[in-house]
Amino acid sequence: MNNSDITRRSFLKDMGALVTLGSLPLSLVELAFAGSTKNFRFAYISDAHIQHIKGTKFVRNWDRGLIRAVAEANLLQPKPDFVLFGGDLAQLGTKAELDHGAEMLAKLKYKFYCVMGEHDYYLDLGKYWSELFGPHYYSWDHKGVHFVVLNSILTYDEWTYDRWPTAEQRMLEMAGLDNPNGSPFMVGEKQREWLRKDLEKVKKDTPVVVFSHSPIQKIYKGWNFWTDDAEEVQALLSSFVDVTVVYGHVHQIQYNQLGNISFQSVMATAWPWPYPQSYAQAESYLPKITIPMNRAHPFFERDATGWQFIDIEMGRIAMHYNLYNNTNRTVAYNPKTGQPEDKDYQSPENRISPQIHY
Amino acid sequence: MRKLTLCLFIATGFVFLARLMPTALSETSTPLGLPPALYPEANPQTPEKIALGEKLFNDKRFSSTGEVSCATCHDEKKVFTDSPLKVSEGIQKLTGTRNAPTVVNSGYFEKVFWDGRSPDLEDQALHPFTNPVEMGLEDHQPILDLVRSDPEYVEAFKRVFNKSGSAITMKEVTQAIAAFERTKISGNSPFDRWYYGGEENALTEAQKRGFDIFINQGRCVSCHVIEQTQALFIDNRFHNVGVGINEIQNDVPDLAGQYIRAEVTASEVDVKVLTDKRSSELGRFAVTRLFDDLGAFKTSTLRNIALTAPYMHDGSLATLRDVVVHYNNGGVTNEGDPVNDFLSGGIRPLNLTDEQIDDLVAFMEALTSPEFAQTASQK
Repeated sequence: MNNSDITRRSFLKDMGALVTLGSLPLSLVELAFAGSTKNFRFAYISDAHIQHIKGTKFVRNWDRGLIRAVAEANLLQPKPDFVLFGGDLAQLGTKAELDHGAEMLAKLKYKFYCVMGEHDYYLDLGKYWSELFGPHYYSWDHKGVHFVVLNSILTYDEWTYDRWPTAEQRMLEMAGLDNPNGSPFMVGEKQREWLRKDLEKVKKDTPVVVFSHSPIQKIYKGWNFWTDDAEEVQALLSSFVDVTVVYGHVHQIQYNQLGNISFQSVMATAWPWPYPQSYAQAESYLPKITIPMNRAHPFFERDATGWQFIDIEMGRIAMHYNLYNNTNRTVAYNPKTGQPEDKDYQSPENRISPQIHY
Repeated sequence: MRKLTLCLFIATGFVFLARLMPTALSETSTPLGLPPALYPEANPQTPEKIALGEKLFNDKRFSSTGEVSCATCHDEKKVFTDSPLKVSEGIQKLTGTRNAPTVVNSGYFEKVFWDGRSPDLEDQALHPFTNPVEMGLEDHQPILDLVRSDPEYVEAFKRVFNKSGSAITMKEVTQAIAAFERTKISGNSPFDRWYYGGEENALTEAQKRGFDIFINQGRCVSCHVIEQTQALFIDNRFHNVGVGINEIQNDVPDLAGQYIRAEVTASEVDVKVLTDKRSSELGRFAVTRLFDDLGAFKTSTLRNIALTAPYMHDGSLATLRDVVVHYNNGGVTNEGDPVNDFLSGGIRPLNLTDEQIDDLVAFMEALTSPEFAQTASQK
């Protein structure tokens, strides 16, 4: 090998890195649709869990996660058309937490949409959140795609309004995991009726993308990786050609295909949860096509957290996960198999070894 | 990863080493505290190649002014660094942006340069010759002209590689330099004698307390790795620890944008990061263009660290105490300064007391190998 070969080798190596970056930045969602839709990109940050200690003190680790995701999203090129925040901005729904989180999100240089999480909601039932971010559920159209934000973390009225002596206790009960006092999430009849009417004006070949905090599918009830009226919501979406549901709450990478609906989760910026199949105290419906990511390095606080950008092409999404101390991943809809798939790790022989060590 | 293989010439190599560093190494074993040396299959060690590499390493004719050799910034008397310079000085006293890392134990590195832009020592050796602030050549041709015509080199390249004339390329030149560099291994420090050798009195009480902080409250060992039978004090990874990047926080979108948009091509990175201080602070991001690498630099070894001040990739911290204080503050040099947005998730405030900081510094002073302790005392 002569000198020019060596130079060329390192050049090609570097170019490889470049190509990698071009194809997978952050949680970039790329929507790809047929017909009149255009390709574009948006970013998705979720589950920051900003936690107030006292006075001006907040949990440093959760702050750092959100600060970093916002700073990185601002560097995205091509620029995203907008940014979603996927819920659980706060830990216990207080004004201090929501204000502090909103202040960090305000540094985003893009148009911004927000999804309600249970940690934002159950202290004052979303009152202060609304002052900051607006309605709890809504829809809009962008470049040929119909976007819907649902508030999927509601539950029975009796549980919400009549059971708890204080709002603080209600918040803590819903924040608990495997808590017998908890209650399953649901979209609820009123909002489903709104959704039915909202979708009436949308053509059946228009791509529909739904954002919710909890999965509009049933995965693991003990931790509310679950929406109790998921089937009814899915039925409202069943007549459309291209439907994608993007959800937070689970703090891990999941993807699934149910009928015409693709499901994809986004990462948390705060901390990772274990996969239900590795926790296994209750029946788990973890989607079979999900490839678990390798688990967190105990030293690196950001490991197994992340954010994502999404490229939309022909109405379908390609979700690019920006992962710290980890290999970035892309999960995109595969038109050949009709389901979302990890671009690199779908076949068992391609999986990187730590992924089987959780 | 490139396949590495144990060299058959290990014993021969040590005989040669013993001649270079008479106090350092026994002739038959790896220095205490180090893993067995590994040599790439494609570049086996031979005594003749090592000698040729040493000659090349010290040859100032490979610079545009005839005044700078590899050894100028990697001086054996300074543990193969240019301490106490903050950043290296090349031709005509031109300065780069980075503090010269030691050659010692660099054979164990999985990537070379502070940002890991070279995969091995052979590739690394190519770049300083043509960097405008290092050795300043336009291209490698003057080196090739010299080694193809200088009688001593002609003879040596014939003997080592069985090549002459235009068959000699930069591949042979850099292989010889790398082979020489791989002989520079160094352990046997007081820490090694205490931890691996069982010599109870090799460390002072303060140093032993410092070791406890090193592996516990200080969190140092998570990156500066110590293992059961060896300690290289590296993890072969890259981290944003809040040095350099802290000074350019408002410029990150502009600077990073040049790399994301590929306005700076991969082949231009070497020159760009050594001649533009602000670009330099992007760290490994300039190489990988991954957000996770923004402001990240390679974990430095801590062996002989007490002799190689100043510290960090930019030489911006004057003393080991300054370094510990920086980490104790959670990645800022002055307590209360803003933390950079891209800080590595491993860096957080440590809540060490002044006494604990002193002990930690004392521990790092126990990592000096005897052969360099001697050169230091001769300074």
